[in-house]
Amino acid sequence: MTQATEPSTRAAAKAKASRLPSKGLPKWVLGLIGIVVFLGFWELMPALGVVQAKYLPPASEVIAALATDLGLTAFWVAVGDTMAAWAIGLAIAVAAALVLGLVIGMSPFLRRFTNSTIEFLRPIPSVALIPLAVLLFGIKIESSLLLIVYACFWQVLIQVLYGVADVDNVAMQTARSYGFSYAQRVRDVVFPTMLPYLMTGIRLAASVALILAITAELLIGSPGLGKEIALAQSGGAISGMYALILATGFLGVAINGVTRVVEKRVLSWHPSVRGEATA
Amino acid sequence: MKILKSFGYLLGLPLILLAWWWLATSGAPNFFVPTPAKLLTTFVETWFGERMLTDVLPSIMRLVVGVLAAIVLGIVLGLAVGLNRTLRAVTEPVFEFFRALPPPVLVPVLMLLVGINDGMKVAVIISGCIWPVLLNTIEGVRSIDPVQNETSRSYGITGFSRIRYQILPSATPTIMAGVRQALSIGLILMVISEMFASSSGLGFTIVQFQRSFAVPEMWSGIVVLGLIGVALSFIFQWVQRRVLRWYHGLKEVENAV
Repeated sequence: MTQATEPSTRAAAKAKASRLPSKGLPKWVLGLIGIVVFLGFWELMPALGVVQAKYLPPASEVIAALATDLGLTAFWVAVGDTMAAWAIGLAIAVAAALVLGLVIGMSPFLRRFTNSTIEFLRPIPSVALIPLAVLLFGIKIESSLLLIVYACFWQVLIQVLYGVADVDNVAMQTARSYGFSYAQRVRDVVFPTMLPYLMTGIRLAASVALILAITAELLIGSPGLGKEIALAQSGGAISGMYALILATGFLGVAINGVTRVVEKRVLSWHPSVRGEATA
Repeated sequence: MKILKSFGYLLGLPLILLAWWWLATSGAPNFFVPTPAKLLTTFVETWFGERMLTDVLPSIMRLVVGVLAAIVLGIVLGLAVGLNRTLRAVTEPVFEFFRALPPPVLVPVLMLLVGINDGMKVAVIISGCIWPVLLNTIEGVRSIDPVQNETSRSYGITGFSRIRYQILPSATPTIMAGVRQALSIGLILMVISEMFASSSGLGFTIVQFQRSFAVPEMWSGIVVLGLIGVALSFIFQWVQRRVLRWYHGLKEVENAV
């Protein structure tokens, strides 16, 4: 790009930027094109013999299998089992992390005292607990719960601790000199500051919880979609297996979408969300 | 005195927990929980020997290869997609789907497509770890300050040097957040790929212990995985401090104002 053309291209770029919403393809159409291209590619791969159809059935076959699944009670029972483990595990982890995070975060002594232990326990991968879960609970739902709670607890706890540390000192001292009790300080000073962090923690934990629910079902065989995937695979129902995998992907997308909406709703008063809405 | 105090803070709780564990197990023998001394001797016996070479190191090698490949691929693809508005819009729904797909379901798929070998395990790690890096790179490139873009354009900084000196640095904080997620997913996938279909490796060995009710050995395996997790997190923090030194400095200056 030479110096002479610089201003004109810049002007063109600017004009293009302002024109984009009205002219050119809207974003969702482009996204749709992407999906169609992806599915077309998938359809052609086995047809052209790039991979064997018995290992990767064409997209149409898998989508048809998913459509049949959607009419089966067994499929919805599996989805229900997975979601039950997800919801219970997430709820336990969030409740425990919120209470402990507030207690630890509010006290500088406890924060320093627990720091090394938290930093050591947090990176331990929860899949390391799989053998322990099997030994203790076998293939019951508690196995999934142990893994989910362990993984999600740290995600939320760390965010709550960050949130409590972010509380404005002046606000805290003001509350103290106005004679706020501990509970009042938590409710009126700490909680509003911490809430965005908590929501981030919950959003991260929600997707981690799904990963571990599926993992536990896949490996341990506790009831749910993951177990069905393992069964389909060992039974040679390959398009059924791909259909179930698609279903877990859609569950993941749904969870991401819902948590994002909830986060926006809960924080609608918060400057970060308000700013986003006006921008 | 001050050093003593910070040592107290650092080791106080771990020591209390250890003492509690020791007291709880030293009375009546518990089948599920070994005593600390028993666990330590088992740990040394089990892992410092032939197993280190046959199971632990190959597992770690696969993890490192997979994660590094995922990071490089993710950043390169992310730059290509992030810099092009149309491409970004076209790929977004598909990429979002793959990010939402729980990575462990990739294990049975890749077992079919690649077969059961080392390549499959590395492929599982790459295909699970690439999404957080890829999507965070796209996001990092997309959210670059427009003033920066216009400045580099008016100074005629284009092509490789623009990517090297403007785009990559300003996207790095976001990319590092993705790398952090990728690391923990990678560790999960390393273990799972070995538990699912393998005859060697850490995951396989630990499941083997559990199936034969070798409880102290199983616990020592959990400790090994924990230590790997902690080591990875320390390495990551060290790298992040070095790579983002300028960024933390900048934040401090901004916050001080």
